[in-house]
Amino acid sequence: MGITEIAFYILAAIGVISALVTVTARHPIYSILGLVTCFFSISGHYILMNAQFLGLVNIIVYAGAIIVLFLFVVMMMNLGEIQETSKNLIWKIMAALAAGCLMLVLVAALKVSDNLVSAQPDNNIGLVETLGNVLLHEYLVPFIMTSILLNAAMIGAVLLSNKENKLQNI
Amino acid sequence: MAEYNLSNRKVMVSNKKMTFSERLYLPEILRGMGVTINHLFKPKVTYVYGKDIRPFATTYRGQHVLKRDDEGRERCVACGMCAVACPAEAITIVAAERQPGEEHLYREEKYASTYEINMLRCIFCGLCEYACPKEAIYLTQRLVEVETNRRDFIYTKDDLLESMDNRIDISQRRLR
Amino acid sequence: MVFEAFLLEKTIIVLVVFVVTLSIAAYSTYGERKVAAFLQDRIGPNMAGPYGIWQPLADGLKMFMKEDFVPAAANKFLYHIGPGLSMLTALMVSAVIPWGKSLIIGDGEASVQVTDINVGILYVLGVVSLGVYGVMIGGWASNNKYSLMGALRASSQMISYELPMGLSLIALVMTTGTLSFNEIAAQQSGWNGMEWNIFYQPLGFIIFIVCAFAEANRTPFDLPECEAELVGGYHTEYSSMKLGFYLFSEYAHMFVSSAIIATLYFGGYNFPGINTLYEIMPHNVVTAISIGVLMIKTLFFIFLFMWVRWTIPRFRYDQLMDLGWKKLVPLAIANIVLTAGIVLLFK
Repeated sequence: MGITEIAFYILAAIGVISALVTVTARHPIYSILGLVTCFFSISGHYILMNAQFLGLVNIIVYAGAIIVLFLFVVMMMNLGEIQETSKNLIWKIMAALAAGCLMLVLVAALKVSDNLVSAQPDNNIGLVETLGNVLLHEYLVPFIMTSILLNAAMIGAVLLSNKENKLQNI
Repeated sequence: MAEYNLSNRKVMVSNKKMTFSERLYLPEILRGMGVTINHLFKPKVTYVYGKDIRPFATTYRGQHVLKRDDEGRERCVACGMCAVACPAEAITIVAAERQPGEEHLYREEKYASTYEINMLRCIFCGLCEYACPKEAIYLTQRLVEVETNRRDFIYTKDDLLESMDNRIDISQRRLR
Repeated sequence: MVFEAFLLEKTIIVLVVFVVTLSIAAYSTYGERKVAAFLQDRIGPNMAGPYGIWQPLADGLKMFMKEDFVPAAANKFLYHIGPGLSMLTALMVSAVIPWGKSLIIGDGEASVQVTDINVGILYVLGVVSLGVYGVMIGGWASNNKYSLMGALRASSQMISYELPMGLSLIALVMTTGTLSFNEIAAQQSGWNGMEWNIFYQPLGFIIFIVCAFAEANRTPFDLPECEAELVGGYHTEYSSMKLGFYLFSEYAHMFVSSAIIATLYFGGYNFPGINTLYEIMPHNVVTAISIGVLMIKTLFFIFLFMWVRWTIPRFRYDQLMDLGWKKLVPLAIANIVLTAGIVLLFK
């Protein structure tokens, strides 16, 4: 077993355990921390596959920004007592069905794909250069669309944070 | 009402619009940092505790002294003015009559056989030296020493009287 | 065998970087007090040893001796890991900083860098963005309203200032064309060691350093621990070495930020005449000099952090947000557009 394999199994174990913690923890904060750990293990997997860019962007965007916002909101709420809203049986069945469907899709996708174990990525696929080339040649239009969308969202957020009367003037 | 500007240091507060460079803030920050960096090279004003002794003002009111005159006789006549003036009631005086043969000890016919100042009560206001008609008691620039026992803070004549070998200079005290 | 040599080399470098970071962070506390005193015409700590140079040790000892108090209503587990997380993220960043070109040992050439990952800048951004967790978790777990306010302020401040920081770095990456710290440092050796990025990216540098101040929670952006409003901010309930860890991580963060600023914008280990020196002097000697030069640059920026702290008063909270979102973000975007135009023009 090479070092890569050992690292893979450790990361996989951490990922699965932290995902379970995310789902089962009664306290929202623990749930969030489990989610962060899960993201870290996923980033670790990316880096193992030589996709360092994706791994680090995953950390920056999810662990660094989005989960911090989750934490922010959870901390603002009053968590003195944890009240469990009793859920209807129908909802439980619906949730189980939805999760089962997702599982089905994943399994089907895995079945169609080739032998996963041998699918060692070629060495450069996740590097910034390769990614940039692909994004700016093959997927140029979607890339530009996305960036315009994100820019618009950011400008909109700044605009909304202005005072009400200023908004009316615009 | 007339505008008085006696100290020549009054600055009118204005709400003037800031200039562009002020609103940019960075030049102002640099200016402020220039001011602070100048202080890096200025002489320090600290007196290191335990090493330097801070110079006292000439009118500093520290531990009292009972003065003698030039011939070494006690000036105090136990009139009790200081004890009356004392707002903290720290001074205790017992008067006695001078016996024949004691002229070289006491200047006048009456003297204080006991003169005690409780340094824990004393507030070092200096009213006793103002009250004294005989220029016998003065406050000096000496500090009252630290004791571990309350009784030791009651200074008796032994502690207060100056010795002729080591006279306390009070010429700098300007009382009136 | 090769792998073992590699492991040994990296272990040594990691240990050295770790020890140097911690000792500089420790002495930054002493430096902070000395600088503060000197800027205010005082003399600062002077009792512990000559000129008070053992003061950090005395402070550390004091921190260890204090009672380690845990509030009854605190979330124990999170309360304990908060300071550790804060310290961890502050120390992790130093892994990608190239301290010098290389050392020749025997036949091999050893780089003076813990690891040269090819997305070093992203790594720094990622780790810095994690710095908020220690503060948030510690502040929330203390179960104190001041701590919570400090934690909330810290998180919103850090999220807000990560954005212009990242944008200013994008402009830098445009001019350098690489995300690797090692290459960025090596590129700046042009003009015989004077081709520093500050000459290409003055605006980007200003944005970056403002954001670095905000990320390190230093004045004028030290709202998370604003004494006047929040008692002690997020570490109100902490005592003993846990408090020490929080304070210490701020200084470690400051050191690492300074090293990054020096590396990205001020030539890293390059100094005027470095290329000539490499030709006429032994390789290792010049590398040692350049490590020293980087240290001097870093120390200057640490001094700058302190200098600014003892000059400028704290921002108000809404001013802080205004500056971040309405001034720095548009400025950084303008900088990107400008840089892109110029890069295209001179290509």
